[in-house]
Amino acid sequence: MTISFFPLGWQHYLLGGVIIGTGTALLYVLTGRIGGMSTVFSSTWSFVVQRPFFQQARFVDSRSWRLVYAAGLILGAFVWWLGFAGGKPEATAVPVWQLLMGGFFVGYGARLGNGCTSGHGICGLGSLQLPSLLAVLTFMATAFLTANLAARWLV
Amino acid sequence: MKNNNIKLARGLATLTAGALFGFGLSVSTMIRPEVVLSFLRFQDFGLMLVMGGAVMVVVLTYKLAPRLLGRPILDDHFHVHPSTWNRNTAIGAALFGVGWGLCGVCPGPAIAGLGAGNLDLLWALAGIALGALVQGLRAKSST
Repeated sequence: MTISFFPLGWQHYLLGGVIIGTGTALLYVLTGRIGGMSTVFSSTWSFVVQRPFFQQARFVDSRSWRLVYAAGLILGAFVWWLGFAGGKPEATAVPVWQLLMGGFFVGYGARLGNGCTSGHGICGLGSLQLPSLLAVLTFMATAFLTANLAARWLV
Repeated sequence: MKNNNIKLARGLATLTAGALFGFGLSVSTMIRPEVVLSFLRFQDFGLMLVMGGAVMVVVLTYKLAPRLLGRPILDDHFHVHPSTWNRNTAIGAALFGVGWGLCGVCPGPAIAGLGAGNLDLLWALAGIALGALVQGLRAKSST
């Protein structure tokens, strides 16, 4: 068979996923916190933007630990990079305008929809919540559509 | 004094949990936008294993920890975060997908990728921060 679902192998995907889950699980067991990622992008603005939206308790009360959690993310990737990947800087061929504009929609959409791939995808599905499943199916559908159209039109 | 110690312990716990998360994102190569885009273009189904592996661990933990422990080791209660399905969730998720399909970067990898020296991701990070800012400025104050 020449077609493979996993042309780059599958073990590292499953292992990485289990490690991600273990991180989320550890946060919960030790601190009781639900570790979605996108909220940090709203809560951090609460340090500088005084509008009532950003000054809500759910942002102000969690902004410190969310930044620490984000710093942990960088630290973990750094350990992998130096310890397991030879320290050659990662780079991407995705054009800057796509990163910036795609990023804008990711940020706007994740915050409007109250969750991203980790918030709805891991924590929401992890707590067996139907609304999160619907959110995941919705963003998967529009992402499939966009990525395939972009592959056809942009490259 | 005791209060400060527990705060420090909580901070270290959060940092360690985040580090595992970032390490896992790296091991699974989710910090590479190309790998995410190849999933979205049906060329490599690895992302399903990443998400499946993570959800499996989290389902078990969210189910079992409250039953076995009663309360988290370093705090007095387990948080809950109920999701709701409404117009905002639907539109937000749809827009999130459009952005994700365009750049192959979601919030976790945008942050973690920096630790692996992928400074191109700063563009995505700036976009996400800007998007979150605009969302907050447009939102009514209490939603």
